[in-house]
Amino acid sequence: MKLTNIFSRGLVMDNPVFVQALGMCPILAVTNTAFNSLGMGMATTSVLLGSNIVISLLRKSIPAKIRIPCFIVVIATFVTMVGMILEAYFPDLNQSLGIFVPLIVVNCLILGRAESFASKNSLVGSVTDAIGMGLGFTGALVVLGMVRETFGFGSLFDMQLFGEAFEPMALMAMPPGAFLALGILMAAFNKIVYAKLK
Amino acid sequence: MSASSIFVILVSAIFVNNFVLSRFLGICPFLGVSRKVETSFGMGMAVTFVMTMASIITFLAQRFILESLGIEYMQTIVFILVIASLVQLVEMVIQKTSPTLYQSLGVYLPLITTNCAVLGLTILNIQNQYNLIETIFHAIGAAIGFTLAIVLFAAIRERLELADLPLEFKGFPIALITAGLMSLAFMGFIGLV
Repeated sequence: MKLTNIFSRGLVMDNPVFVQALGMCPILAVTNTAFNSLGMGMATTSVLLGSNIVISLLRKSIPAKIRIPCFIVVIATFVTMVGMILEAYFPDLNQSLGIFVPLIVVNCLILGRAESFASKNSLVGSVTDAIGMGLGFTGALVVLGMVRETFGFGSLFDMQLFGEAFEPMALMAMPPGAFLALGILMAAFNKIVYAKLK
Repeated sequence: MSASSIFVILVSAIFVNNFVLSRFLGICPFLGVSRKVETSFGMGMAVTFVMTMASIITFLAQRFILESLGIEYMQTIVFILVIASLVQLVEMVIQKTSPTLYQSLGVYLPLITTNCAVLGLTILNIQNQYNLIETIFHAIGAAIGFTLAIVLFAAIRERLELADLPLEFKGFPIALITAGLMSLAFMGFIGLV
């Protein structure tokens, strides 16, 4: 497969969020503002990039029978590193992502890419795949975060959009809003993709 | 440490801070496995067992290994390994003792490893500084809450299969919107504790 195909597949056709619905927990939990979404997306992308590189390099020496535990240890190592970096340089972001930073370990997206791509492909392909999937994940998260922040707080990246008279729709900032907004966004994405295919 | 504080932990884990609908933990099996009530219930039972055992073991590991050696930063790696080996163990035990249950759970058993509700629960136990008894009851409450949400959701989804929907909403989108409405209903429990 050509590198450009590998890259664009993660962004649109196999988008991890809108098409594959992988890694739903962080998608729903930390997208109440656009900034949090961006932080979560970048953190996940860095872990995915690191784990794809290491697993692709080790793919010939990992025994097939115990590959899943091996993958999880590699992923957990990178998550611990990203967690420490967040704690040291972005304490506020770390605070608002909270428990979902260590939970990147069990994001099905990362283990899924390790199992179905990095363990079978060369280093260059795996890096491209990680960047494509990571950006697709981040992009979807930021879109969802922007929608929820606009309705839930009346702001975008912490800038106020509307005047004093705006009454924020608190529901969108709370858990039900996450489910509803993602459901509607997914339907919209389907609509656009279906329209293209026809 | 009184009976009432245990009750508060239980009720808040089941209803107020329901793991699936308000903490967003364990969404993957919630959306993936919840097509039939029976399999959802089996999944709930397996998760209950793993959650309770994992909470006890990680509590002991945190207290006697990580803290006594001063390597708390290894928490994520140690906990996920404990959960992964526990799931493997549960799988072998069920396979030996009750082949019928093993068959009905099938592929859902190994999937529990990547259920973030289990890892999330063990980390929350440590963050909330629960003692061993509180940890056990928090685990039971979380597991009941998970089972309740997934079984209720499966019952709704069995009906959704037959509903006449626009093409774009079929599958995940309508499932998410349904989950949103359920989550809204569970918000009614907020004043309870």
